[in-house]
Amino acid sequence: MTAQQDAKDKRILRPYGDTTGDGMVQVSFTLPMPHDKRAEGAAQQLANKMGLDPAMVVHAKPMGPDFTFFVVYGRANHLVDLSKVTVVEREYPLLTAKEVNADIKRVLRRKLVVLGACIGTDAHTVGIDAILNVKGFAGEKGLENYREIKVVNLGAQVLVAELVGRAREEKADAVLVSQVVTQRDAHLKNTREMSAAFREAYPAGRAPLLVVGGPRFDESATTELGVDRIFGRGTTPGEVASYLVHAMVHGRARP
Amino acid sequence: MPRSDLGLNPQAVRRARTLARQVGRPVVKLARTHTTVSVERAVLRLAGVAGADPDGIPWVNRLVDAVGADVGLQHGVALPVWDAMLTGRHADLTELAQKAATGGVRFRIPEGADSTRAARLATRHVRAGIRSIDRRRAERERMVNKIGDAPRKPWIYLIVATGDIHEDIPQAQNAAREGADVIAVIRSTGQSLLDYVPEGATREGYAGTYATQENFRLMRAALDDVSRELGRYVRLTNYASGLCMPEIAALAGLERLDMMLNDSMYGILFRDINPIRTFVDQRFSRQVHARAGIIINTGEDNYLTTADAVNEAHTVTVSQLLNEYFAKEAGLEDWQLGLGHAFEINPDIPDSFRLELAHALLARELFPHAPLKWMPPTKHMTGDVFRGYLLDGFFNLVGAMTGQGILLVGMMTEAVVTPFLSDRDLALQNVRYVMNAAGNLHEDFHPRQGGFIQQRAQQVLTEAVELLERIAAEPGRAPLLDAIGDGTFGLMKRPATAGKGYDGVVRHAPGYLNPATEILEAGT
Repeated sequence: MTAQQDAKDKRILRPYGDTTGDGMVQVSFTLPMPHDKRAEGAAQQLANKMGLDPAMVVHAKPMGPDFTFFVVYGRANHLVDLSKVTVVEREYPLLTAKEVNADIKRVLRRKLVVLGACIGTDAHTVGIDAILNVKGFAGEKGLENYREIKVVNLGAQVLVAELVGRAREEKADAVLVSQVVTQRDAHLKNTREMSAAFREAYPAGRAPLLVVGGPRFDESATTELGVDRIFGRGTTPGEVASYLVHAMVHGRARP
Repeated sequence: MPRSDLGLNPQAVRRARTLARQVGRPVVKLARTHTTVSVERAVLRLAGVAGADPDGIPWVNRLVDAVGADVGLQHGVALPVWDAMLTGRHADLTELAQKAATGGVRFRIPEGADSTRAARLATRHVRAGIRSIDRRRAERERMVNKIGDAPRKPWIYLIVATGDIHEDIPQAQNAAREGADVIAVIRSTGQSLLDYVPEGATREGYAGTYATQENFRLMRAALDDVSRELGRYVRLTNYASGLCMPEIAALAGLERLDMMLNDSMYGILFRDINPIRTFVDQRFSRQVHARAGIIINTGEDNYLTTADAVNEAHTVTVSQLLNEYFAKEAGLEDWQLGLGHAFEINPDIPDSFRLELAHALLARELFPHAPLKWMPPTKHMTGDVFRGYLLDGFFNLVGAMTGQGILLVGMMTEAVVTPFLSDRDLALQNVRYVMNAAGNLHEDFHPRQGGFIQQRAQQVLTEAVELLERIAAEPGRAPLLDAIGDGTFGLMKRPATAGKGYDGVVRHAPGYLNPATEILEAGT
């Protein structure tokens, strides 16, 4: 049996330091107390409670009068049961910008056109700008920075009729709408109004992908709101781009 | 220029500056013949208009909008506003703004003697604001002399950003105690696109804290306390960028901020702010910074986060040259130019460190008297904090070897989490070790004649000159605008008549008056 097969068949694992089964791990943390003997004992205690036994406090350093930083090596007495590992699968794979660009080029042989806006009276462009502006969000650049995506950002307080008109004009593949204001469920009302207008203006199945985002949406309410995808708080541009490519490859974008 | 360590051709250096001037001048002309809503609001702020209506809309916005609706902004707000002060019964400008907001005042453009009187009064009020900026500058100089300055270069620059000014304050004070010479308060996501400056102390921001006059005041006061405690003046940084650049510059001057992020093209390229709006706002804000003794930090590091740091290295040089031209035209001196650059080359490519060294030395030699701002790796920080720590060490080493003026401390948690207290402590140990071990290495280190580093620096300079020549060859009267419009910088096409804030740009009519610009340009 090769080592690989061995690992595959095994259901129970321990961390590996330098010997099979040694269970050795390394952690570092800070305690809010001055550095002295007691502090090292406190670190030892925490490590034990974390399941490290024996635990060696190999480094303790004062950071100002009130904090101490520790590095601890120790043997973890926990086991990993592979049969109980569950992974939440996203319906689309996360792609790098390079992969997104390559897929668009291969499938569409032209740029993917993305139209973005805040509709209704909502003037909060923070969300749509985080996804579209080059500046981006959470260390990821926005869709503008993707070579194969053409972004048209209409900004705030765009009328639904104007959005539909521009979508046709630009031959948009996807329409991204951001809704931050939720007073009297304005975000739901606006979204329904928007999706209805697109259904009316386009032949069945020909409308651009409709994507809405905002902090107060329920991500599973797509059917109810008549849109293709809903993104919640903390969504990054890379997730949106990966989704668009996924939807495009699976036939939900204009050929 | 002293003897070149890089063997740069002095003619190429001169050529690069000539081209930057040639490309920049038509843009300056545009800036001199246009105003913006934010420039006009800054004039009112300098004259002492503060506060906001119950909806949080500042009175300066209300007043500028009211003047715009009645008579347009092509003459500036000064004449109609102070004419209204002279002809009506208003206790002060704020009361005038309140009445104007409800439609209780009609504005006109005064003529003849009325115009002269309005101009005189406007100038007197605005001058009072500029005098307080002068006093704040003198106060800084006094404090630096009395308390003491940062003990060494580069100045160590650390960021705080909780969203809550009252949380930021203890964090900033702790960062100063841990060794920061400069504290930057990152702004809330999206503030750059607000067309007004929020009011008061704020406790809610997204990934940053709003820049407001009150937040500036609170943080400066807190750092003054810690400066006295530590025996060295701790500097404060914020952002004069986005749609309210001129107003934020004015507030920074009034509240004795010490450095401001202020790039010539960042808002255009990365925030899709209208190019003309940006250049007009920027010239005014830089004039204020010049007067206030504020050091600007430019944003060239941003180019390298989107483009390849090797292939596009020359765009950094071009941007530095343009930033230098615009800054000097606006009255800033060499010591105020924190020109940006960054350590962003992919560490997997061979000789990446030598390339970084070449690029950093090029910036050092091209701008020998500017306190360059050296930015740490972000793009190639992967979450492997151990590798990131090593990369930050090499970043610090380049900083030590090339005499950088301002060093933004790299965090191994970059792109992972907000740094822990311990991450910041480790990052500062990294800086101290490298500075202590190799801080004087530049005395011994001279790249070999005709060697890899010299050749690379020369190549980047050549490419920069070529790019400037391409820009200068664009058709039209303002080639730089055309170049920005057709996507010369990055992938972004930013036409001169598109982008956010364009509706707030107004061409001057004959007789336009801006007392602030007149005072700042006359240096009186």
